[in-house]
Amino acid sequence: MAEYQNIFTRVQVRGPLYPGAPHEVASDAREAGTSFFSRILGIFGDPQFGPTYLGFTGIASLLCGFIAFEIIGLNMFASVDWNPKEFLRQLFWLALEPPGPEWGLRFPPLNQGGWWLVAGFFLTTAILLWWVRMYRRAVALGMGTHVPWAFASAIWLYLVLGFIRPVLMGSWSEAVPFGIFPHLDWTAAFSLRYGNLFYNPFHMLSIVFLYGSALLFAMHGATILAVSRLGGEREIEQIVDRGTATERAALFWRWTMGFNATMESIHRWAWWFAVLTTLTGGIGILLTGTVVDNWYLWAVKHHVAPAYPPIWPEVVDPYTATSAAGVTSTNGMPLNVVPGVGK
Amino acid sequence: MKASLRSLAALLGLAALLAGCERPPMETVQRGYRGNGMEQVANPRLVAMQIPKHQAPDPLPPASSEGPKASQIYQNVKVLGNLSAGEFVRTMTAITAWVSPEQGCVYCHNPANFADDSMYTKVVARRMLEMTQHVNADWKPHVGATGVTCFTCHRGQPVPAEIWSAQAPKGRPDAMLGGRFGQNEPSLKVGYSSLPVDPFSTYLLGGEQGSNEIRVASKTALPDRSNPMGTKDAEHTYGLMMHFSGALGVNCTYCHNTRAMGEWANNPPTRNTAWYGIRMLRDLNATYLDPLQPVYPAERLGEMGDAPKANCATCHQGAYKPLYGVSMLAEHPELAAPSGSSTKVASVAKVKTK
Repeated sequence: MAEYQNIFTRVQVRGPLYPGAPHEVASDAREAGTSFFSRILGIFGDPQFGPTYLGFTGIASLLCGFIAFEIIGLNMFASVDWNPKEFLRQLFWLALEPPGPEWGLRFPPLNQGGWWLVAGFFLTTAILLWWVRMYRRAVALGMGTHVPWAFASAIWLYLVLGFIRPVLMGSWSEAVPFGIFPHLDWTAAFSLRYGNLFYNPFHMLSIVFLYGSALLFAMHGATILAVSRLGGEREIEQIVDRGTATERAALFWRWTMGFNATMESIHRWAWWFAVLTTLTGGIGILLTGTVVDNWYLWAVKHHVAPAYPPIWPEVVDPYTATSAAGVTSTNGMPLNVVPGVGK
Repeated sequence: MKASLRSLAALLGLAALLAGCERPPMETVQRGYRGNGMEQVANPRLVAMQIPKHQAPDPLPPASSEGPKASQIYQNVKVLGNLSAGEFVRTMTAITAWVSPEQGCVYCHNPANFADDSMYTKVVARRMLEMTQHVNADWKPHVGATGVTCFTCHRGQPVPAEIWSAQAPKGRPDAMLGGRFGQNEPSLKVGYSSLPVDPFSTYLLGGEQGSNEIRVASKTALPDRSNPMGTKDAEHTYGLMMHFSGALGVNCTYCHNTRAMGEWANNPPTRNTAWYGIRMLRDLNATYLDPLQPVYPAERLGEMGDAPKANCATCHQGAYKPLYGVSMLAEHPELAAPSGSSTKVASVAKVKTK
């Protein structure tokens, strides 16, 4: 029974290479012929690699993705004077930044944000082509289109961040830089500018669905692994013909929380939670700066943010203190602290 | 054997992964209303290591204020001339111990003629004396009654350990690709974040260009086009705040209630102290430090040819209060206020004609 308690697949089944389920003849023609077995792949999933399918959209997508990758990478490499050692050392800091606010929605010189626009165009084209490819492959196999629509939800968030919101704000400078730390620091700066994103209700929803996705994934993965010794991993068959694995798994959850998902509904839950993470997140970003400028003040206005007893009532904004007195110097500094004045 | 080698490698890998971390436990102190996360977090072992660095030296025995004035005994005394000769020598002795203990008097003075102004260090030192008096007299909202002395920044070194000057643009801003946009490089000044690395020229230099608005958050819940700040401005502000945090060895909540960085209500009084500190630095950099540029030899200037200037770390050097709030000013009342307005004008004129 020990093989049921491992992180990796312990037993790899090897038959002859198989081409997959019968499907449209036309698509066969574009399948790359190479298939082979890989022990490493078998540890995680099916040991057979291939057949793969590229087609026009796949090849065009990879090409556009490669161009975007090169533009970003070469800009980063150039920014350390083509020094490979520094490139590796500083890689997490390096970035391709969007244009400055002075450019608005115009196309700036390449090294002042123009490259960012070019890279963004090719990356977006690559992603959209990849979506078309996924949609068409799903249809070709006679499947539902759940996977491409879930992918579309992630693309929605990506487009809001890098295209739709910057256009609505009238400035490319509102978009995200390409870079590891830079895009993370951008996120923090974005929240600081717009008054704390945690008070954005769509950000709240997005977090609920993100953490909920992780919870559902853990519950479902654990349940199926726990009953796989009873055949529980044959989930699709158990949807219509519940065996003892399903009965035990269901009873386990009724015992512990009074209610159980079904072998089918758990997958709908998981799909919707994952899809809603980026769908609500994208709405939250879209509203930021366009409809709401300070989420904390918005939350105060709508009684979302709690009020706390004042600990330091004497602390007031020095700017406000001076404007109440009616005197400020040219640089906004209260006159009583301008050296040599008002002493 | 193979299995034990593998677990050894895994252990080593784990150790390498954790090598960048500080070991627990940390000390946490609540500083605001409960449930707000208004806490100061410190590593007591790192704090203990820094304690020797922030100790004030023993004061010199006081000198008599009786007798003739320094201006009557010595020539070319422009700032401290109204001290007694004894007090004047005591101050000079203290400055030597604070600033140039190894080099001695001759770091600033021509040994053949102490009144001679030919050494740039003497011209700078005189201006710094005026700056110290100005800080203690006019910037009480920041330095309080504690005040500052030469030692606050110098700590026994002729050049303070923490100074800044304008940074030459990194990367290839004039080429076809590879611009750095003044950010995205590992820099201790902004806490190794990818934020803009020279917030000092932007916010602490003073004047029109160096007094940029730090506040980025809007005053209204809904957009009313009154706030021109964008996300990139927030990155600059954030870079400055990372410097504050490192310079004082504190986290954001030392000054801010972080649920709303832009709000002032329910913020600790330290926020006000810092606000005045920003204005003080703008004043000192624009009025005292930057104009000394023509006085310095080339090797003292920054890579862009500007004079070395001050930021929070210049005095604080990693402590929430310089020297943990110990005042050296009580022992040196001559530094507490300008001795006379005419001397200041004389010194400024001297610097400008050089």
